[in-house]
Amino acid sequence: MTSPLLAVSGLTKRYSSGGKIIAAADDVSFHIEHGETLALAGPSGSGKSTIARLILRLIEADAGRIEFEGSDFLSLNGAALRDRRAHLQMVFQDPLAALNPRATVARVLDDPLRIHHIASRAERPRRIVALLERVGLSAGLAGRAIHEISGGQRQRVAIARAIATKPSLVVLDEAVSALDVSVRAQILRLLLDLQREERIAYLFISHDLGVVRAIAHRIAILDGGRIAESGDARTVIDAPQSAIGKALVAAAPKLSRIERDAS
Amino acid sequence: MSPLRRFLRTPEAIAGAVILTALAAVALAAPLFFPSDPQAIAGPALLSPFQDWSLPLGTDRLGRDVLAELFHGARTSLAVGLAAAATALAVGAVIGTLAGFAGGLVDEVLMRITDAFQTVPAFLLALAFVSIVGPSLGVVVAAIALGAWTGPARVARAEVLSIRERDFVAGARVIGMHPLEIALREVLPNALPPVLALSSVIVAAAILTEAALSFLGLGDPNRVTWGGMIAEGRAVLRTAPFLSIVPGIALVLTVLGVYLAGEGVVETAAVRKSLS
Amino acid sequence: MTALASIRNLTVTYRREGAEVAALRHISFDVAAGERLAIIGESGSGKSTLALAIAGLLPATAKIGGAIEWQMTEFRSSHAKDRQSFLVLNSLPLRGRDIGFVFQDPSASLDPVMPIGKQIAEVARTHLGLDWRHAYARAKILLERVRLPDPDAALRAFPHQLSGGQKQRVAIAAAIAAGPKLLIADEATSALDTIVQAEIVGLIRRLVSEDGMTLLFISHDIGLAAELAERIAVFRHGELLELGATAQVISAPRHAYTRALLDANLGLDAEPLLQRT
Repeated sequence: MTSPLLAVSGLTKRYSSGGKIIAAADDVSFHIEHGETLALAGPSGSGKSTIARLILRLIEADAGRIEFEGSDFLSLNGAALRDRRAHLQMVFQDPLAALNPRATVARVLDDPLRIHHIASRAERPRRIVALLERVGLSAGLAGRAIHEISGGQRQRVAIARAIATKPSLVVLDEAVSALDVSVRAQILRLLLDLQREERIAYLFISHDLGVVRAIAHRIAILDGGRIAESGDARTVIDAPQSAIGKALVAAAPKLSRIERDAS
Repeated sequence: MSPLRRFLRTPEAIAGAVILTALAAVALAAPLFFPSDPQAIAGPALLSPFQDWSLPLGTDRLGRDVLAELFHGARTSLAVGLAAAATALAVGAVIGTLAGFAGGLVDEVLMRITDAFQTVPAFLLALAFVSIVGPSLGVVVAAIALGAWTGPARVARAEVLSIRERDFVAGARVIGMHPLEIALREVLPNALPPVLALSSVIVAAAILTEAALSFLGLGDPNRVTWGGMIAEGRAVLRTAPFLSIVPGIALVLTVLGVYLAGEGVVETAAVRKSLS
Repeated sequence: MTALASIRNLTVTYRREGAEVAALRHISFDVAAGERLAIIGESGSGKSTLALAIAGLLPATAKIGGAIEWQMTEFRSSHAKDRQSFLVLNSLPLRGRDIGFVFQDPSASLDPVMPIGKQIAEVARTHLGLDWRHAYARAKILLERVRLPDPDAALRAFPHQLSGGQKQRVAIAAAIAAGPKLLIADEATSALDTIVQAEIVGLIRRLVSEDGMTLLFISHDIGLAAELAERIAVFRHGELLELGATAQVISAPRHAYTRALLDANLGLDAEPLLQRT
C-alpha cells in the first residue's frame, strides 16, 4: 500500500487570548490521497483556516506531524522548504488581497515560474499565456494590473499561479466564497477539470455545505478546533451525526423547500 | 482626471509648483546666464542692488556678483537637499522594512540603532561628521542623511508591520519566494506612500541643514552656497544688510515651495484614495 | 396593497474616470407597506445602488434621474386637497428615523471607540428626543430584542469585544432603534458563516414581523433570499429583469438569467458537480 499524499496527525495550535488559552487546532488528524478532494467544513472560529495555514507552514504548529509526499514536512526549513512549496499551493478567499495590488497579471504568473526554475526567461511569456488559457482567460489579460480585472478573473489568475508549479496538493481556503454564484459555478468546474486532468488533490476549506457537497469526495466537519465527524461527503451531509453537522445542515438554505411549499 | 491636473487644483499646490519650477529653472539656467566662475570678481566691492544693471543685485565684499552667486547657490541647495533627502528616505525605508518584516532579533538590533541615532540631535551629528571627514559635496549629503533617515525608518516599519499580515505576503511565501525578495519587492513598494509623505519635510530640513553647515564654514569650499553667502554678509550686516537678506529670502522661498508642493501631493494622494 | 415607496423610472449614473457609468437604468416598481422584498443580483447589478438610493445615501457625485415617491403615513388620504397636507403626506423619509440600514460589514458601520450602548442610545436620542437615561433604557431593551447574551454587559462593551454575528446584531439594534418603517439589509449576512447567517435571517424575520416593518433584503444569494422574502426582484447590469412572488420566481422564473441563477445555486439539494466513477 502506498502512503497517502498528505497525512496529518495530532496537529495542535493554541493561542492565548485575554488570558485564556484557546486551541484553534486540537489534536487534528486526517489524510488526503492523490487526486482527492477533502473538505474541511465548520462555522467561523472552528479552526479551518488555522489548519490550512499550519499545513502551508505560514504558521508553526505546537504539536503534531505533517507528512507530505512521504516525508516529514515540518522538519523542512529555508531553501528546502521553499523548494518543496512548489508541490503544495494555496488559493485564498479574496484574490485582491492575496495578490500584490501593484502587480500585473504577467508578473503574478512569472514569479512561480522564475522562483522554481520552471522556464527560462525567454520561454516564460509563452508559459504565462499557456497558463492563462489553461484557466480560461485570454492571453491579452497578461499586461493588465490585478486591480483592473474582475473578481472572477482574479480568482482564475490566482488558480493559474497555484498550478504553475504543477503542485500535487492545492489548499483552497474559502476560494469560491466571495464570488458571484454564476462565477462560482464556473470556477468549481475549472477546479474539477484541473483535478481530473492533472490529478491534483484539494484541501477544500468552506463553511458552505452546498458547495462542499457539490465538489468534495470526503468531508471533515470541525468544531472548536476538533474534528467532530468525517466521512464520505454526501453521506455525512445527507445524514450528519454530530451536533455541529446537524446545525450546519439545518442552517443551509434549500430551494426545494420553497418549491415544495409553492406546489 | 490625470494626477497632475488633480494636483494643480489646490492653491497651495499651484504656489508650491510655481516656486519650485522657478527655482529649478534658476538652478538649471545658472551656467547659461553666468557662465563664468561666480566666485570671480565682477566689479567694485559692496555695490548696492539696483545701482548698476549689469550687476542688478550688487556685489559682496570681494566684488562678486550677488545674482550670479544666488543662481549658482540654488544649484547647491537643491542638489544637496534632494540628494540628502533621497538618501535618507531610501536608507530609512529599507532599514524600516527589514526590521518590520524580519521581526525578532533583527528588528530589535535595527531599532536600537535607530534609537541611538535619534537621541543625538541631527545637526550635531552632521557637524561632527563633516568636521571629521572634511567638507565636500558628498560628505555634506551623507552628513545630512545620517540624521534624517530615522523618521522614514520608523514610519516604514509601522506600515510594514500591518502589511506583512496581509494575504499577498502569505501568498508570496506559499510560492516559495525568498524572504528578502518578499521584503524588498512585495512589501517595500506598498509601504512607501506614508514614507514619501515625509519627503517634503525632509527635503526642507535638508536644505536648511546644508545652509547651516555652510554658514558655519563646513560646506563644500569650492561651491557657492546660500548659507555661505549669509555668513559672508554677516561681517557687514550693518552697512550692507542685503548681502544676508537676499540669500535668506531665497532660502525661505525654497523651503516654503517644498512644503506647499508636498502638501499638494499629500492632498492629491488622499483624493485618489477616496476615489478608488 | 398600499405602496410604501413607488420607484418611478429611477436612473443612477456615476462618473468614473471621466466616463458616465449607469448603475441603474429606468427602474420602476412599488415597495408594498409591510412586505418582505428581496433584491437579488450579482456584482454590478446595481442592487446596492438601489438600496443606497432608497435610503438617500448615494454619494453627492451620483446623478439621479426619476423619482422615489414616499407614502410614509399608513394610509393615502383621499381628500388631500390643500397643498400643505399633501406636502406632509408626501414628506421625505428621514434616514435613521424612518429608514434603518444594515450594512454588510458591521465592523465598518460601528464606531470602534464608542461603547455599543452609547451608539444605539444616540440613535434613539437623536430621532426620538429621549434623554440619555431613557435612551440607554431603550438601548438595553433593543439588545435584549436582538438576543445579545448579557445585554447589561453588552451596553458597556466595545465592538472589538464581540464576534461578527454579535456585531451584526448590534448593528441591527442600532438600525431599528428609532422605530423605522423600512429596514434595508444590504448583504447583511454575507460575511457570516452559515449558522450565524441563519440566525440573523431568523432575527430579521422576527423583528420585521413584531414591529410591522417593511423589509428590503439585498442579497446575491437567491436561496437565502427565497427563505426570507415574500417577493423577489432580480437585477442584472442595472436593470430589473423580473419581480414576482417568491414561489413563482423560484419554480417558474420568467427570465433565463433567473433560471441560470437558480441552476448555479448550490443548495444541499443541488446536483453534485463531481462525477464519481
